[in-house]
Amino acid sequence: MQNEPSSVLREFQHGSFDAFEVLFREHQGAVFGWILRIVRDPAAAEELTLDTFYRIHQAHARFEPARGFEGWSRRIATNAALDWMRRRTNEVELPADVAAPTKGDPAVSEEIRRKTAAAFERLAPKLRVAATLAVIEGMAQKEVAEALGISVAAVKLRVFRALRLLRKDLEQQGIRP
Amino acid sequence: MNTHDDNQDRLRQFVREALPPVELKLDRDLWPAMLRRLDEKQATTVPWFDWALGAGLIGLAALFPASIPLFLYCL
Repeated sequence: MQNEPSSVLREFQHGSFDAFEVLFREHQGAVFGWILRIVRDPAAAEELTLDTFYRIHQAHARFEPARGFEGWSRRIATNAALDWMRRRTNEVELPADVAAPTKGDPAVSEEIRRKTAAAFERLAPKLRVAATLAVIEGMAQKEVAEALGISVAAVKLRVFRALRLLRKDLEQQGIRP
Repeated sequence: MNTHDDNQDRLRQFVREALPPVELKLDRDLWPAMLRRLDEKQATTVPWFDWALGAGLIGLAALFPASIPLFLYCL
């Protein structure tokens, strides 16, 4: 089997299982990393990586090799993560092992951090994903737009709405950012 | 610049402080798990022709109830 990227992509489109394996092995780390940024839970990210590649496997005929695999897989991964976030209920606490230890600004107390994290979790999934990628991960709005399959203007609007709702939520708890 | 922008920056800072970026690499190969997932899905998926056969038999039984004992005898 040829390992030339373009030929692998074409073979995958035509349903080659070997090509699917090549793409899986090559992209599993990137897809996992992308999902983890959104869901912030390593165990869920592994499950969703499998879910994403299952969707990819099922949708091979709709894949367009000319547009590349990475963006397409990222879009599918984002949708899988969004579906997971919609299904999940009553899970506000973040896994302790995921959040990188932060030195932290002394002006931002532990209580404010905890309340902000909880308020963030209460946002609607589509707003949370946009805000996670744009604000927490610091990604360019164009990149976020491509991953979500929406326009840059829609990303700006979602981030704006997310921050507005977050501010309102925090203010109701007596925190004035 | 203005208070609104300052507040926005402060809120963004709150969010970044509360939820720092996640950096974790995948530490194992998921391909064996992927193969299991594909097998499980294939095992739980009923092929379309099985559905069509079932629907055909039900339709036949509805149109010709007298054929039901014959079907049961063939099972």
